[in-house]
Amino acid sequence: MDFGLTEEQQQIREMVHDLCLERVDPRAAEIDESGEFPWDIKELFAKHDILAIPFTPDYGGVSGRALTLLVAIEEISKFCVTSSLILSVQSLGSLPIWLAGTDDQKRKYLPPLARGEQLAAFALTESGSGSDAGGMRTRVIKRGDTYVMNGSKTFITGGSVADTIVVFARTDQDGDTPARDISAFIVEKAMPGFKVGKLEKKMGIRGSPTAQLFFEDVKIPSANRLGKEGEGFKLAMQVLDHSRPGIAAQALGIAEGAFELARRYAGERRQFGKPIMEFQGIQFMLADMATQIEAARVLTYAAGDALDRDQPAVTAGSSMAKLFASDTAMRVTTDAVQILGGYGYLRDFPAERMMRDAKITQIYEGTNEIQRLVIAREVLKEKA
Amino acid sequence: MDLSLSPEQQEIRKLVRDFAGREVKPRADAIDHSGEFPRDLVKKAAELGLLGILVPDAYQGAGLDHLSFAIFVEEVAHYSASTAGILDVHGSVGTEPIVLFGTEDQKRRWLPDLARGEKLAAFALTEPEAGSDAAHLKTTASRNGHGYLLNGSKIFITNAGEAGLYIVMASTRPGSGAEGITAFLVGGDNPGLKVGPKFKKMGLNGSAIAEVHLDNCAVDEADRLGDEGQGFRIAMRALDSGRIGISAQAVGLAQGALDDAVAYAKERKQFGKPIAELQTIQNKIADMAVKTRAARWMTWKAAALCDAGRPFTKEASMAKLFSTDAAMEITLDALQVFGGYGYLEEYPMARRVRDAKACQIYEGTNQVQRVVIARELVRS
Ligand SMILES: Cc1cc2nc3c(=O)[nH]c(=O)nc-3n(C[C@H](O)[C@H](O)[C@H](O)COP(=O)(O)OP(=O)(O)OC[C@H]3O[C@@H](n4cnc5c(N)ncnc54)[C@H](O)[C@@H]3O)c2cc1C
Ligand SMILES: Cc1cc2nc3c(=O)[nH]c(=O)nc-3n(C[C@H](O)[C@H](O)[C@H](O)COP(=O)(O)OP(=O)(O)OC[C@H]3O[C@@H](n4cnc5c(N)ncnc54)[C@H](O)[C@@H]3O)c2cc1C
Repeated sequence: MDFGLTEEQQQIREMVHDLCLERVDPRAAEIDESGEFPWDIKELFAKHDILAIPFTPDYGGVSGRALTLLVAIEEISKFCVTSSLILSVQSLGSLPIWLAGTDDQKRKYLPPLARGEQLAAFALTESGSGSDAGGMRTRVIKRGDTYVMNGSKTFITGGSVADTIVVFARTDQDGDTPARDISAFIVEKAMPGFKVGKLEKKMGIRGSPTAQLFFEDVKIPSANRLGKEGEGFKLAMQVLDHSRPGIAAQALGIAEGAFELARRYAGERRQFGKPIMEFQGIQFMLADMATQIEAARVLTYAAGDALDRDQPAVTAGSSMAKLFASDTAMRVTTDAVQILGGYGYLRDFPAERMMRDAKITQIYEGTNEIQRLVIAREVLKEKA
Repeated sequence: MDLSLSPEQQEIRKLVRDFAGREVKPRADAIDHSGEFPRDLVKKAAELGLLGILVPDAYQGAGLDHLSFAIFVEEVAHYSASTAGILDVHGSVGTEPIVLFGTEDQKRRWLPDLARGEKLAAFALTEPEAGSDAAHLKTTASRNGHGYLLNGSKIFITNAGEAGLYIVMASTRPGSGAEGITAFLVGGDNPGLKVGPKFKKMGLNGSAIAEVHLDNCAVDEADRLGDEGQGFRIAMRALDSGRIGISAQAVGLAQGALDDAVAYAKERKQFGKPIAELQTIQNKIADMAVKTRAARWMTWKAAALCDAGRPFTKEASMAKLFSTDAAMEITLDALQVFGGYGYLEEYPMARRVRDAKACQIYEGTNQVQRVVIARELVRS
């Protein structure tokens, strides 16, 4: 058993870390304040092949290993979660193509994403169907060689900046069969009838655009359907098995960033004539934060390792990593604000932003309540 | 990164799982109820070579790694944490110091008997006045010709009365704290060593703990482990890897509790359906499963680092802290899933709660683990 990273993964970690320290860290507060998508960071990541990490070399990428991607997401998230989402969503939006696409579809769509010339998005959620994704209403009707799509999606990360969007829609017409008869389609932003609605104002990850998307008689060629008709829901669940460790890595990075900040601050801040680090109350908080982070780290990396080793049952492990790491990020960032005291509550320090950003990791890609249902189902099944 | 078990580790897992299911499981309740030391199980484990897991082949041990040892302790603790505790103290803090710090002569004299289970080992550090603050122990070792005379009292000593070997920490330079502590190998038959009555305790029934009195206990120079003044370092190193074993014991308790809770939740019907269909029960199961898995990975990571010769003090402390806190929560939650039946001693649920509590206390209380972790954090 070996918990170490490969030399290549170690190098990627250092490269991403150094780049983010120099270029992303100084921008993080601004991005949060303005709430604007950081195109400069996207260009930076494209230039340094960071956006190519989710892709294998045969489709223009540099890795394609799950663990390598996790390490990169973790490093970026230590500095700026909004920026980490550029990479996360590049992976999330391309995973359906990677998992279910034909070679033609992969050749057409993946290389420009790997080069970072284009951006991807993943559109599952609707205003009426969040946790209950199978209850979606966006529909397609087949007309000859095209599908005509009507409906809308909400909460789509990067929806306003993406070129390639994988959209899930019903292919049944009565709409009474919740999870069945859902299919996945590659929609290009230039397709007539595709419109971006308002961008949401949010508590955190404020530079990551969360968009409403509208589809009015959008004509999608059959060649853009991913997998078979009716297999879209299964595909979406399979994508989430692969992407949830990425949210875990994001949460892990936030927690690590907040912990480092709190640890440094506790060593410098003096009260009652000595550094606050010397008070056992502070020491124990830091020890608990570090221990929770270590637990989140082993679960997250184990989920990545299971994907890389093609283990048969990854669902529970991915959900466990997501659940535990995101709850850890929430606790650790809250404690970090506490250790910084009044200063922690000010925008002058990144602690409060980290706490606002951490909250989303408990919500998206399946709320933590949904993760618990998924895990319980898997555990109850295992012990049958 | 490759988090798979080696074929050898898979094999030992199969072997100890089989041993635990076949031999330990049917005895677990009786051991708890009677409080009798399970000599039969210790003997059976010895026959399978499980008492010398960390002892090299050259001294008749199995020569396996710490990860294998953790697997062994977990699987036994799955059914009986007290039996696991006996075997853990023997194989880890009771034996490993000789493997790590013993002279060739000491290894030859002690290890084969320990590995074959002909002698059980105990580790005697704690004293009535020196628990968490072990460096201020009061037992003395004064020079006496070619040896030493040990005087003082130890308390809470696991395997006391059963052991053929006690690793005793005593001060050769009283008043100089950690620097004055020296480790000694004291035979169970030494006339100067007397064991008090077994303590009655909340749990871990069957595992014996007692006071050990050293009354002009003569120990030959050849049985001094390491140099004079090296004893505290030996004890701390023993506890570093000892904590991996305690962590594994907690994982076994947690997994056992989870498995029983899952089986019960599927069977028990209320309001016309199995309680497993209720969301609050599912939530408990999910949380128990996540914490158990995280605890196991942390235990294995500390073990793997130790086996690779890398620093692992922080990771072992984190694993011990996390796993034992998790075991406390999980055994309580699992009891709750059983409702009133969980409170009855007919089921193992209450026993696991009683047993889990000890894990938060020994080999460094969880508060002391936090002190250790915080110190490592300041250092890094
Ligand atoms: C910033 C942001 C970015 C997002 N990005 C994307 C994206 O790129 N693509 C995409 O498709 N979606 C995206 N989402 C949507 C996200 O996945 C959903 O918000 C999430 O799945 C929850 O759905 P909901 O908001 O409708 O909440 P609801 O499903 O209405 O849930 C409300 C509450 O009820 C609980 N609940 C619901 N069902 C159950 C149940 N069965 N048992 C117990 N509790 C339950 C939930 O846990 C929650 O606490 C994003 C959301 C946000 C906020
Ligand atoms: C079942 C069992 C088996 C045992 N087996 C062995 C054995 O085989 N060999 C052996 O040598 N010992 C053994 N012990 C002893 C065990 O290691 C000690 O009980 C433990 O180290 C705590 O010491 P204490 O009981 O004296 O508590 P104390 O040290 O008096 O602690 C009392 C309380 O104060 C807290 N505390 C103490 N110092 C600090 C600090 N610096 N910061 C914050 N909080 C602190 C503790 O966490 C605890 O909550 C065993 C104990 C038990 C219960």
